[in-house]
Amino acid sequence: MPSRAMTGRCAALLASAVVLCSFAASARASELFVSNEVDDTVTVLDGDSYKVIATIPTDQRPRGIIATPDHKAVLVCDGDSNNIDVIDAKTLKVVRRIDTGPDPETLATSLSGDKLYVSNENNALVTIIDYATGKWITQVPVGIEPEGLAVSKDGRTVVVVSEETSMAHFIDTKTWQVVANVLVDTRPRIAVYTPDQRYLWVSSEVGGTVSVIDPVSHQIVHVINFQIPGVDKQYIGPVGVQFTADGRTAFVALGRANRVAVIDPRSYEVEKYILVGQRPWQLTFSADRSKLYVANGLTNDVTIIDVSSEKAVKSVPVGRLPWGIAVVP
Amino acid sequence: MLALAGVSNALMASAAAGAVAARSFPIVYLREAYPGPGIMPSLLETHPDDLGLAGAEDGTAEINTTGKFLGWHFKLYVVTLPAGADIADEARKVFARGPSVIVADLHADDLLKLADAPATKGALILDIRTIEDSLRQRDCRANVFHILPSQAMRADALAQFLVEKRWTRWFLLQGPTQQDAIYAADVRRSASRYGARVVAARSYDYNPGSRRSDTGYQQIQTQMPLATQVGSDYDVLFVADETDLFGDYLPYNTFDPRPVVGTQGLVATAWTPAFQSYSALQMQNRFQLFAHREMTERDYGGWLAVNIVGDAVMRGRQTSPAGIRAYLRSDDFLVAGFKGEGLTFRTWDQQLRQPVLIAQPLMVVSMSPQSGFLHPGDTSDTLGFDQPETQCRLAQ
Repeated sequence: MPSRAMTGRCAALLASAVVLCSFAASARASELFVSNEVDDTVTVLDGDSYKVIATIPTDQRPRGIIATPDHKAVLVCDGDSNNIDVIDAKTLKVVRRIDTGPDPETLATSLSGDKLYVSNENNALVTIIDYATGKWITQVPVGIEPEGLAVSKDGRTVVVVSEETSMAHFIDTKTWQVVANVLVDTRPRIAVYTPDQRYLWVSSEVGGTVSVIDPVSHQIVHVINFQIPGVDKQYIGPVGVQFTADGRTAFVALGRANRVAVIDPRSYEVEKYILVGQRPWQLTFSADRSKLYVANGLTNDVTIIDVSSEKAVKSVPVGRLPWGIAVVP
Repeated sequence: MLALAGVSNALMASAAAGAVAARSFPIVYLREAYPGPGIMPSLLETHPDDLGLAGAEDGTAEINTTGKFLGWHFKLYVVTLPAGADIADEARKVFARGPSVIVADLHADDLLKLADAPATKGALILDIRTIEDSLRQRDCRANVFHILPSQAMRADALAQFLVEKRWTRWFLLQGPTQQDAIYAADVRRSASRYGARVVAARSYDYNPGSRRSDTGYQQIQTQMPLATQVGSDYDVLFVADETDLFGDYLPYNTFDPRPVVGTQGLVATAWTPAFQSYSALQMQNRFQLFAHREMTERDYGGWLAVNIVGDAVMRGRQTSPAGIRAYLRSDDFLVAGFKGEGLTFRTWDQQLRQPVLIAQPLMVVSMSPQSGFLHPGDTSDTLGFDQPETQCRLAQ
């Protein structure tokens, strides 16, 4: 992916700080696709200038948003319309709609991208869909209000967290059976595997913690707590979680605490809190992983964090109630 | 009587199996067949006879979804006492086999009788109906936990909103009941706490008479301006009418063009069917599918009470009423109730600590505590009786 990010764009030579820009005629910089839950749109931002390139109308209540593994399309869940909008990453138009069943909130793809995993918030299901045909392969009953999904690197396991049931459910992708359920703190939102696949981190918004689960034994091995001077504990609501590629740093969006926590995953120590916009929700890295993008639900903007200095460098306005961000290199 | 026998057997079964893997957990939903409220001022106001219960039933189905994964099954036993029942005597029959976990959908006086009955001495009672201050103050009981916000919490929630708006001159219009007097006193207390002023006050002894007549609104259109004509200039009319006698007639019928807040008009409440933030939308959808009607505040109370029990059993690993009580009072306990933060109990009066919605009939306008109101501990403790002010002395 880094190589793709370098082509046709700016390659910064670190030592000399000389910036070489090689703009091929048709080449475009990476792009950010931000789902705006209230506006029923996806805002497309240029990955260099952060200027709005397009505002794409979607169906109702767009939330979960990802790029397909081949980066040809961006998929967004339209919760109130019971479908997924497929946005062509080149033309920036909705080219297809896929029926998902009631209230899709988030989605993930299989490693090859041939299957979609969708959490149906209103009826406690994960729907598995064949991407090419849009046909449902099966539906897996899980806890109430399923939300975040994680796919293991070997493709064998899909994890979904259920907000109301407060569990992480491990689904076997061969049998489509739930093989383990782990009770975590109240209202889990997001599950993410560590890059080395040894642990699964689950954020609990109301519980105010992140549970670190061993995905083999299905035991919680550690619970990360947060304490911010001057911020009431009940405002700390962990949601989005991301790891740097080397697994040495984790970032956790803290909802109404208006901060992103920087955590050392080896010691589980919180090293820093980065002030961002209000109610940061989901986090996504830039294609080259030098920037972290934060969707701020209440301030209608995206904060750009410089990963190496761990500083917020800029906030750019998007639509109303930005929920999540997908990046196409 | 069959229902009562069923409850007793279940209680016995759970007690007998206590030490081993007792995977079934009984919850008793206790209510009384009170006479209906009669004709309400508005035809839109309905009183389904499963108010509260539908919430508890929906909540039971939901905790059983969690229970399915963890090997627990919760059973809700609904006991409906006849109107005017002798609560202590009934409790003796229902809870003969030992202490229990009770969701109480009872009026304040009956709740006290239940709490004081010998049969419920070791029980855990989750009160989902009362809002009376007295039950959180001098009449608090060690075996009772209150889910819904008290009258004082509601007055404070509205007061903070009004102060934030700088609408600080209030005309207090008080109805005839004892509860109206208590709420009016709460409003005065809120005014002095937050720097507002009651610039005019009046008692109004409205006699509802027959509420169904073709000339209804003409009468109201003359009566309400008379009742609200005061010499002082004020910003908002604060109405204290806990029994819904006349408060809903006030908006647009006041002598001066002023908003109406309090027990009607803009109200403070734990829940409204219009609330959709913090995943409340999903709850409204689920409840609508389950009960085929809108979710009311008492339904929310029932839902929350059952979820609190589920949490104490499955997360707190407590199965006895005493164990659950200790857990609910501990730092380990926290329940999600769609307010964007975990809800806990105040240890001094066992009132659920919670943000309170500020709502008009179709919309949520705000949620208190308002930003800027500070508290050394939990900001939600700016609502209602804080620890230093409590008159509650819980027998441990």
